[in-house]
Amino acid sequence: MARFKKKGSKELPGINTGSMSDIIFMFLFFFMVITTIRETTLFIRVRVPQATEVQKLEKKSLVSFIYIGAPLQKKMGTESRIQLNDQYATVADIQEFITKEREARDEADRKLLTTSMKIDKETRMGIVSDVKQELRKIGAFKINYSAAKGKAVKK
Amino acid sequence: MARKIPQLNTGSMADISFLLLTFFLLTSSINTDMGITRRLPPPLDPSVKPPEIKQRNIFTVLINQNNKLLVENRPSDLSLLKTQTKEFLTNPGNHPDLPEMETKSIPYLGDLYLPKNAVISLKNDRGTSYEMYVQVQNELTKAINELRDELSMEKFGVKFGQLTNEDYIEAVKNAIPITISEAEPENVGGK
Repeated sequence: MARFKKKGSKELPGINTGSMSDIIFMFLFFFMVITTIRETTLFIRVRVPQATEVQKLEKKSLVSFIYIGAPLQKKMGTESRIQLNDQYATVADIQEFITKEREARDEADRKLLTTSMKIDKETRMGIVSDVKQELRKIGAFKINYSAAKGKAVKK
Repeated sequence: MARKIPQLNTGSMADISFLLLTFFLLTSSINTDMGITRRLPPPLDPSVKPPEIKQRNIFTVLINQNNKLLVENRPSDLSLLKTQTKEFLTNPGNHPDLPEMETKSIPYLGDLYLPKNAVISLKNDRGTSYEMYVQVQNELTKAINELRDELSMEKFGVKFGQLTNEDYIEAVKNAIPITISEAEPENVGGK
């Protein structure tokens, strides 16, 4: 029965890697769609508190961020600081920041601008109150206390 | 005989796309921008006197610098706050200490037994931790959300978050508004 004799060598054929790049590209597009590019480098530590009643922030382009927390670098001290865009700021800079954020938007969108406050959970309320007072003065009434969804820790 | 075109070597394509993938993974972040949305009040006009509100219509929540709660002048705990808020906002027994109630007629919802002008007054110290503040806000929001859910369940059979009709959403929002008033911050405990 020589008819069924195996032909060719016994070597395993190489795995076809032609579609590998397609798969990786698929991954790439997936990640590009679900993520956003980090715009600011944080100099301060921001671990937002957890809460259960959080709402998603609609319209990313209409949100300006204010970060408050303790500096990452020890030489800057441990007192909570404000970060706007890429630099440290003081309470007095908030109004100018909001004005600039408003000017960067369309006229029609300006009143929809939301201020998202990303504040470290160990921050004291004093600085937060000061920032809120500044926001009230400049008329940025829509604010959002950034929080992660999760079970709030009971103390 | 037609000339054979040599095939393009695509072996390194996977490497290139891997490189791109890692680049995007490093420079981007899965951003979950969530939070508790609030509306700040406009700045106070010093010449206008704030309206007088009866004591029974105010639900005072104080947080001191040690993150302890004082609700309606009695020490309280975070776990009790939601129940207390709901009791205040509904006043089931028509108690004289709880807010004045009246029957309001709201379109789509009919006549409802609601507080006249109940206000939750939240006051914190400058030393209060932000985490505690957010948790108190969270509990107050939860109380309001649960009341809205209950009302929506009763009238439309679905939870408030699942309502799709804009008019219904507005009606429920009107019936149970978020009336959290934040007092001007005070420096009680120093620092």
